[in-house]
Amino acid sequence: MTLQTELQDAAPSKLSVQHVSKRFRAGGRDVHALDDVSLEIGEGEFICLVGPSGCGKSTLLNIIAGLEKNDDGSVLTGGTPITGPGRDRMVMFQEAALFPWLDVLDNVLFGLKLKPGLSRSERVEVAQFYLKLVGLEKFTKAYVHELSGGMKQRVALARSLAPNPRVLLMDEPFAALDALTREQFYGDLQQIWEQHRKTIVFVTHNVREAVCLGDRVVLFTPHPGRISEQFKITLTRRRDINSLDLARDALEITAALKGNRNLAAEYAI
Amino acid sequence: MSLKRLLQILGFFLLVFVIWEALFLARIWSPVLVPSPLSVGRYLYEAIMDGTLWAATIVTMRRLLLGYLFGIALGLPIGLLTARFRFLSDTVGLLALGLQTLPSVCWVPLALLWFGQTETAMFFVVVMGTLWSMIIATDSGVRNVPPIYARAAQTMGSSGFHVWLRVMLPASLPFVVSGMKQGWAFAWRSLMAAEIYVTILSGFGLGNLLHYGRELNAMEQVIGIMFVIIVIGLLADKILFSPWERLLHRRWGTVK
Repeated sequence: MTLQTELQDAAPSKLSVQHVSKRFRAGGRDVHALDDVSLEIGEGEFICLVGPSGCGKSTLLNIIAGLEKNDDGSVLTGGTPITGPGRDRMVMFQEAALFPWLDVLDNVLFGLKLKPGLSRSERVEVAQFYLKLVGLEKFTKAYVHELSGGMKQRVALARSLAPNPRVLLMDEPFAALDALTREQFYGDLQQIWEQHRKTIVFVTHNVREAVCLGDRVVLFTPHPGRISEQFKITLTRRRDINSLDLARDALEITAALKGNRNLAAEYAI
Repeated sequence: MSLKRLLQILGFFLLVFVIWEALFLARIWSPVLVPSPLSVGRYLYEAIMDGTLWAATIVTMRRLLLGYLFGIALGLPIGLLTARFRFLSDTVGLLALGLQTLPSVCWVPLALLWFGQTETAMFFVVVMGTLWSMIIATDSGVRNVPPIYARAAQTMGSSGFHVWLRVMLPASLPFVVSGMKQGWAFAWRSLMAAEIYVTILSGFGLGNLLHYGRELNAMEQVIGIMFVIIVIGLLADKILFSPWERLLHRRWGTVK
């Protein structure tokens, strides 16, 4: 592997979720997190999973990441079954989950060091490339506690892009950020996705966020976790979260969510 | 530090010194019980010049560092193991918790019976002072690592031993350092107690000098050695732990 091939984007892969079920015990009772969920995600598609807490959307993300095992069904990435975590599928969590004992550059290098075939200087070059991409090239020597919430998530994004995955899994990555920082991320994430095409699975509560980012929005209902409806979003890119067209689409999806009486309370406007 | 603060500090200690000297001059108590600060200074000067103080310090520090480093080196992996395996936590972990509450000077009688009046007995006491705190601190350090660190590392291709070495161990560093500090305090105290309590012919430490000061009714020696013990304690804190605490402060943003 050379630096040139490393910096070339890996081809995004197709994800295929087939009849997946998952139960676990939490707080002394059985939770039926996913019940016979099937979903086809195309190469390079940006898909948003939306639903209230407990609907299994994060569980599905963790199963695709290989961090949790499904009880039934199968999940394939590019045709191969998922058996555990892999660098072809990187995860970005709601908390940045950066390592405080490492500086920004070393945080991004953590995953790269586990990738065979690159020399130390090549790894640093790759890490710096992605830190520049998220606009943090001047903060390589900073420690995590010195960064704002938004900057931490930028580092986390660079860290998950650096090993050049085919799939990017994002679990409410912007939920803890303030509105202005979040809006900036919507633009940046769309741009990065356009330039470095990855298959993105994005979990969120926020319907507008889902409409702003996704090619497709998948609605989940809880108890048991199932897919209730899907929406194709045809708005032209790059989308602005504050645009009227977007608000109209979001309203339609919110109405669909509210149509399910379980959700009416959570999504009341 | 501003000049004003420096002067305040110097002024305070000068005042302590003056009060002490005044009490000595007032002759309320016998000079055998309250010696002049000047005679303490003279004792220290002589002990430094004839080499006894230096030799005793070397003996004490060698005992302390050998036992302490061994205790750390043993306690760290055991703590990692008790945090990892339920069985070890229920057994060794519980034992460590129990033995940590035992003041480490209580090991001295047992050490003497087992090893006699030897360096091994001293080594044993210092190790017992360090080991249990280190096990418990490392154990709770690992348990306090946010689970998301290990999950994030796994998605980046880390697994098994690599997760422990590169994630769990550095992540629990704040706890490990406080365990090292506590272990040091316990080891230092128990070593002093042991040295006062038993004479070991292979080397006279600071505790021995303190003990002989009492036997000879040489109060200036007792106070002088106490002073040296305080200084070593302060220096150890600066030399051994300040670098770690600076590192924690810089990376974790913890309070200095």
